[in-house]
Amino acid sequence: VFPMKNVYSCYSCFTGSFRQQFSFPSIFIYGHTSSGKTYVMQTLLNTLQLPHVFVNCVEYFTSRLLLEEILMQLQSCCSETEQTSHVHCDTFNDFVRLFKQAVVSEELEDQTLYIVLDRAEQLREMEANILPAFLRLQELTDRNVTVVLLSEIVWELFRPNTGCFEPFTLYFPDYSIGHLQKILSQNHPPEYSVDFYAAYINILLGVFYMVCRDLKELQHLAALNFSKYCEPVVRGEANERDTRKLWKNIEPHLKKAMHTVYLREISSSQWERLQRDDGEPGQLKGLSAHTHVELPYYSKFLLIAAYLASYNPVRTDKRFFLKHHGKIRKTNFMKKHEKTSNHLLGPKPFPLDRLLAILYSIVDNRVAPTANIFSQITSLVTLQLLSMVGHNDQLDGPRYKCTVSLDFIRAVAR
Amino acid sequence: SFLRRSHSEFQEKTTEWTCRMKSKEIPTAALVLGVNVTDHDLTFRSLSEVLQNNITPYIAFLEAKDCPGVKKLMQKLMGQLMNCYVDVDSSEDEDYVQVSHNRIRCSMTSLINWYESVTKKTDSETPSKKRTSSSRHWQSPPVVVVFKDMESFSTKVLQDFIVISSQHIHELPLVLIFGIATSPMIIHSLLPHSVSSLLCIELFQSLSCKDHLSTIIDKLLLRASFPFKLGEKVLQVLINIFLYHDFSVQNFVKGFQLCIVEHFCSQPVSVLCCQLVDAKKRETTQKLLEDLHVYHENYLSVLRCLHVFTSFLPKYPLGKQIRELHCACLENQVWETEEYESSLQLARMLNKSDLVTMLQQCVEIFVSSSGKEFDNTVEKLKEFLTQFQKLEAEAFQEQDVSVSSQKELQKKTDLYHLQKTLLELKESRRYKKLTKFEMLRFDVVDYIDSLVRNYLVPANHKTLHEIAYFNTASVLREHLNAAPRIALHTALNNPYRYLKNQELKSDEGSISNKAPDICIVYKLHLECGRLINLVDWLEAFSTVVMAAEGPNADAASSDQVDDIIHARFIRAVSELELLGFIKPSKQKTDHVARLTWGGC
Repeated sequence: VFPMKNVYSCYSCFTGSFRQQFSFPSIFIYGHTSSGKTYVMQTLLNTLQLPHVFVNCVEYFTSRLLLEEILMQLQSCCSETEQTSHVHCDTFNDFVRLFKQAVVSEELEDQTLYIVLDRAEQLREMEANILPAFLRLQELTDRNVTVVLLSEIVWELFRPNTGCFEPFTLYFPDYSIGHLQKILSQNHPPEYSVDFYAAYINILLGVFYMVCRDLKELQHLAALNFSKYCEPVVRGEANERDTRKLWKNIEPHLKKAMHTVYLREISSSQWERLQRDDGEPGQLKGLSAHTHVELPYYSKFLLIAAYLASYNPVRTDKRFFLKHHGKIRKTNFMKKHEKTSNHLLGPKPFPLDRLLAILYSIVDNRVAPTANIFSQITSLVTLQLLSMVGHNDQLDGPRYKCTVSLDFIRAVAR
Repeated sequence: SFLRRSHSEFQEKTTEWTCRMKSKEIPTAALVLGVNVTDHDLTFRSLSEVLQNNITPYIAFLEAKDCPGVKKLMQKLMGQLMNCYVDVDSSEDEDYVQVSHNRIRCSMTSLINWYESVTKKTDSETPSKKRTSSSRHWQSPPVVVVFKDMESFSTKVLQDFIVISSQHIHELPLVLIFGIATSPMIIHSLLPHSVSSLLCIELFQSLSCKDHLSTIIDKLLLRASFPFKLGEKVLQVLINIFLYHDFSVQNFVKGFQLCIVEHFCSQPVSVLCCQLVDAKKRETTQKLLEDLHVYHENYLSVLRCLHVFTSFLPKYPLGKQIRELHCACLENQVWETEEYESSLQLARMLNKSDLVTMLQQCVEIFVSSSGKEFDNTVEKLKEFLTQFQKLEAEAFQEQDVSVSSQKELQKKTDLYHLQKTLLELKESRRYKKLTKFEMLRFDVVDYIDSLVRNYLVPANHKTLHEIAYFNTASVLREHLNAAPRIALHTALNNPYRYLKNQELKSDEGSISNKAPDICIVYKLHLECGRLINLVDWLEAFSTVVMAAEGPNADAASSDQVDDIIHARFIRAVSELELLGFIKPSKQKTDHVARLTWGGC
């Protein structure tokens, strides 16, 4: 079902490893999310029964874990016995040595061993020698081994500064809508015919293709909504070929799903419960309906003062907050830069004193500078409503900036 | 109640995780707990108890400060989970060896292996062994991971953890709980769509902090069983700190404890503040104390009754929460306030069903109160209720009167006649006979008014109220709402306050030369402008200090004395810099800039 071009190119890489001939030392496969890279690799390797080791780099996040995992999988792959003893491997040097020892069995003499590293972009976060060493593994160990790297990021961002052995890059393009249709139609449940399910997929793609091309998401949505689609058939109101009736039934439902389940406003279990009870989804408030945060009185004022301090330039302070202010003369510089609204530029940092000055002027009654006010400022930082700019050690002049949006402030100011 | 609801949801959630396998989502609960982060601890502790008793023993709590990276997170997680296991089964499993943390590889596979070994062990247990703790647990209990402060976690750590766990959801049934302080949108800002699609998130909201406060005040203050009560000012201070500064219930409770300590330490009469049973031992004051106790009981019942009445009124003239009503009653005679008048007027306009419900609630309150005086009241209120019910039967007769006046208006007339008829109607309305319902309503409101005047006397009109009531709000405010700058200023300006040295007693304006160096330096700097010249300052300082010696100072030793004074001056100035009153100025050499003005 997959775009045959991809499969063919993969296959040709692998069958390049004819007996006693070394294949490419390293292959780099990249493509967008859900373009089938992992799936194709695993199916190919399993179907062709090639000896391989499959490791996910996010799961084994340090180099030590990664190397030890590869060695352990190697043990279970090559040896006939079941037990896998714990291997200790700290550096790549040890890895090479242990690898050479491990790959000494008759089966692997004439076959290429494949090491597949999924989510290979994590390799960049590990020590600097891991990535180049993996690319040259064939040369270092002098064995018939190929390293395949799967990633969503292009190779140009991987290339280390010191240069390395360039792998063979392979691109997996995204699925087109026809491909998606074919793939999704394959998963039809056995009690319904293929055509019925294909029509359903057609409708689903018509609604969701514009916003989502991710295969996994679409599969998830298809599974969730299929029972609702079948309802008229189950209830006996329509038969399988009555496309118009089925469409009328499912279309508003899918539109609702787009606003709720797809955006993860409500969870899929809540969605299924809704479908069973046939209730109105309007009653169930999604995650984004709960944006209001209750803040104590002075904290509200602190937050508003912080917002004003972040978004108003310093020269306007005197004008807004003092009773007797003079006029501000606009210089040429300011006229030129007036166009960019401060809202677009983002919050600017301000020192603590300015915050307190603005606070004292916007609160109606006198505010005593108690320790509680100061600790509220730090609490706002912990709640990520303000953020601290600058070094943590700078005790005498802490600077902050306000991280909430205008809508939030408006809601708070009410 | 929130916990019960969330725990039942949890059970549903964990039964469903098997169904989730096909969609590979991790069930997650997002708990929105409110801004009072200090109270979250208690909530989590009770949640873990409930979970441990009913669902699973494997619960782990993760805090952001312990998890700067995924490795530390896994370490912490595994440590907690393995300890959980040991605690539950330590009595029965003698040969379980506690594995040291260093030797375990903290990766997902070892966690999965551990989980398999643990669940296999429980499966293979012979039924003859008594396992009372885990008999309520299931075959493969889920592992619950609680992120206590979600906002502080870095996104990379969270994303990596969720991606790793979702790969192994089949082998390790995980349920996540996010403890959120602000709003659930934080989930969307912390996790990208690709990661949040791996989670099946349901939202739970806890009660608002104001509700918690009301519950606490209800249980502590509005019960006759506790002899200690708070005066109006003190209560106002505590509530203000709660509402204005932090919504923290813990701080409120601590403030209350401080009040108790202060009361019993400073007020000598507080010896008598105890339960009524103990008071019987002191005969002279026994009668008065009994009176006080009875007053309290009656007060509380009538307060609740009044609250029931006023809470139905629009715009809440006397406050929406019972604590506001309580404060108003404590302050002065509530029947003299304007708000009371307006609420009585509004009460005279209530409709029938509201009145009936309120009367029923009042009857319940009085029946449940322990005082004996309210039997008459209960009788009277029940009488009112029966009268209301009788009125229903007679309601139809009243409708005819109003219909006829409407018909008159609809006849076609010219302007003069219309004016006349309208005036007549207005006159008649003024003298309209009140319907039976309205008369009854008046009676009810008047009765409630009489109850209020009898029983809701503010506490400071009763004798011996000082025993039970603590009213020195200034002490409380000093301790709870600290003002460090003011304290510093007082200390430096007026060292007598803290050092209690008789010689230091001086007026505000003058600078005594017996004061410590830093006080002299501080007072001198208060007189200066923005930039202070160090040399002038030194001169002034040495003048003040030398004045002590008097005119007997030796001219010969003036150089050495100068050095010592110089050293003292330098030390005092650097202490002031440390305290934050001055800082070295880049604008002029040998000058320092002053940082504070005014009293604070």
